[in-house]
Amino acid sequence: MDPVKVEVFLQTLIAGILLGGLYALIGLGMTLIMGVMRIINLAHGELMMVAMYMAYWLFTLLHIDPYLAVFIVAPAMFFFGMAIQRFLINPVLRVEAILPENQVILTVGIGMVLSNLATIMFTSDYRSTPVEYASDAWYLSDLWRSSPIELSFSVPWVVSFLFAVVITALLWYFLTRTDTGKSIRATAQDRDAALLMGVNVERMKLLTFGLGASLVGAAGCLFIPLYYLYPALGGRFTLIAFVITILGGLGSTVGAIIGGVLLGVFESMTATYLGMGWAPVGRFIIFVAALVFLPGGIASVLRRRRLGG
Amino acid sequence: MLEVKGIDVFYGDVQVIWDVSFRVEEAEVVTIIGANGAGKSTILKTISGLLRPSRGEIFFNGEAIHRLPPYSLIDLGLVHVPEARRLFVEMTVEENLEMGALRGEAKRQRERSKEMVFELFPRLKERRRQIAGTLSGGEQQMLAIGRALMSRPKMMMFDEPSLGLAPILVAEIFNIIERINQEGTTVLLVEQNVKMALSVANRAYVLENGRVVLEGPAQQLIDNEHVKTAYLGV
Repeated sequence: MDPVKVEVFLQTLIAGILLGGLYALIGLGMTLIMGVMRIINLAHGELMMVAMYMAYWLFTLLHIDPYLAVFIVAPAMFFFGMAIQRFLINPVLRVEAILPENQVILTVGIGMVLSNLATIMFTSDYRSTPVEYASDAWYLSDLWRSSPIELSFSVPWVVSFLFAVVITALLWYFLTRTDTGKSIRATAQDRDAALLMGVNVERMKLLTFGLGASLVGAAGCLFIPLYYLYPALGGRFTLIAFVITILGGLGSTVGAIIGGVLLGVFESMTATYLGMGWAPVGRFIIFVAALVFLPGGIASVLRRRRLGG
Repeated sequence: MLEVKGIDVFYGDVQVIWDVSFRVEEAEVVTIIGANGAGKSTILKTISGLLRPSRGEIFFNGEAIHRLPPYSLIDLGLVHVPEARRLFVEMTVEENLEMGALRGEAKRQRERSKEMVFELFPRLKERRRQIAGTLSGGEQQMLAIGRALMSRPKMMMFDEPSLGLAPILVAEIFNIIERINQEGTTVLLVEQNVKMALSVANRAYVLENGRVVLEGPAQQLIDNEHVKTAYLGV
């Protein structure tokens, strides 16, 4: 085999996995909200955009590194998310409306307001955080002198990915090992039964929206050293989160992780082998394919296997 | 212990419960019997706070509970084993049990309660790491009862515990309910299996079209002509 081709393939795979880890974080927030509240949060990407502006200003004005900003922005987004749930979504959930999905439409509106507010306040200029390590990389040959192929690992991509992995692990611990986390899962699985067991479902909804917002907020901080920031960037990430949620299976956290990584790899592969412009096409192909061939998402495959069917 | 006073309940614009009153005394087994759609489950859901009465009052140990949020009733010692089990099907058996003991004293006693439930249902102990959705119907009903027991209740409400179970399992479940009652827990039982329900109950109420049409000691109702022809098929 041609070593150059192997190099290109492995490099593409690595780029895909690194991107996928960040995608998973975005998808996790949306799927949690979907599971507990039964609504698709179509302002999810815009929440990330807000978080990215926070990280941007923290960097520009206070010289706080984006990776440190995670510890400020994620808690701030937690409260921002809870406020959206408490003051905007909850009142609409209670109203009987002509449109059964009016809460979902509300989230579209929230997204529009956020991105337009950002345009008014910050203009539509492209912005970035020029961190010193932006173009640093680690090389395989540094670790393994006699390596037959050469691979590079971008420092900010790897650090962002590791952050995403740690945050995902913490989330997993929270959801499976703490009473509050289990109560959130219980609420997603059967709201009435959760109420009967003493779970304050309204509080779980607040917490979940806060948690979803803080996860995507963390993702925003991890993306800002990698991507340009502009007010309209949210829509693209809402779409990505939506594709991951469908691919993973609505409400499934494991599905969202696998779905995020799959999407990252798939996009990276289409970008390398078909051209950069094809990455969004790949995204939609995977979306349609998931709907047609795997309507329950990855979660349905996992479930079938666990049930031994 | 539980007193329901003249409640009306609506589903949207449709009234399904009309001026229903009944009481359950401490340590009793009381059953509400009636045909499918008579409103039995609706009454339990209203006591639990999942539905609100538009008129009437509900008291538990003297405290008005018809305006309390549903999640707070378990703190008072009142727990509802819902129709069709309503387990957390993607959680393990053990996690389901833990969900019954989330609050207050029950949380502190969690490990001890778990042992107690495992003693009552050894099958659940064998399957403690299994996903609840993979259990058989009988095991699922045991788990639903076990989960409710984890809250250390003073009173348990059972909604159709025999639903969809083989006769031998029905007998087993009713044995368990009797045993729970003998250990001091008050029981309110809603059942379509009228024969079984009357055999374990002290007193019974007959519900037809959302109204209480008959009440009395269970033994007396077994011999009642109307009950015989309408529910016991003799």
